[in-house]
Amino acid sequence: MNLIRYQAPELSAWPAFDRWSNLREELNSLFDLPFLTNSHRQDLFGGWSPALDLYQNNDSVIAVLELPGMRKEDIGISLHDGTLTISGERKSSSRNGEAAERTERYVGSFRRSIGLPVRVDANKVTATYRNGILTVTLPKAEEAKPKRINVG
Amino acid sequence: MNTTVRETAQTEQFVAPAASVLEDADGYILEVEMPGVNKEGLEISTEGTELTITGRRSLPTIDGRLIHHESRRENFRRTFEIDPSIDGNKINARIEEGLLTVTLPKAEHVKPRRIAVS
Repeated sequence: MNLIRYQAPELSAWPAFDRWSNLREELNSLFDLPFLTNSHRQDLFGGWSPALDLYQNNDSVIAVLELPGMRKEDIGISLHDGTLTISGERKSSSRNGEAAERTERYVGSFRRSIGLPVRVDANKVTATYRNGILTVTLPKAEEAKPKRINVG
Repeated sequence: MNTTVRETAQTEQFVAPAASVLEDADGYILEVEMPGVNKEGLEISTEGTELTITGRRSLPTIDGRLIHHESRRENFRRTFEIDPSIDGNKINARIEEGLLTVTLPKAEHVKPRRIAVS
């Protein structure tokens, strides 16, 4: 005979929350861990939202994203109407024969968009991916660069 | 020399990286997300049944003013309690694109075994 745990009816409206706490409990019981406070987990139930930093200098705007464990081919970068969008998909590394999986890592797709403060030259955008960090350099359009004006 | 390293470690601020655990008949696979960490910045040690992972980040230096900020600068550290069935001498680790994979094989005597019926 199975004993079924009583579940408050209002909780059933939040299946994602329930699932998350179960995973967390399992993981904690296995490894006896303290709760995590990780920056990109701020959006706890909304999927994967990698941390993004944006820099600006005289010549360019630079976006830096934390994307550990991706393959270069699975990262997409697009520019549309002054909005930079970075998207991608991370595949599960679980293989056949692995009996259990307890995870805090997000697997699946993500999309981050950010409005750029100035106009950039879409043809000159470059990107590098190193140690799980994506750096996108977006050179400013000529008219958006600061100019020194000589006093005649 | 050792003493100096320890003192630095105590005053340093760390964040706990996100991790996943997979289990199969041979052992466990631990995956730890450490963006910005490469092989040189990684330190893994075991003491009794504790496995401690420290990752120091080599972040790209950007020439510019920060105008939007979400990332954290701290290095990573996390300690895991490992199952006594794990063979400590056979722990293996590799890091690729900021994702650390630690293989923790079970000792031979605890692996499931098929017994032939005669």
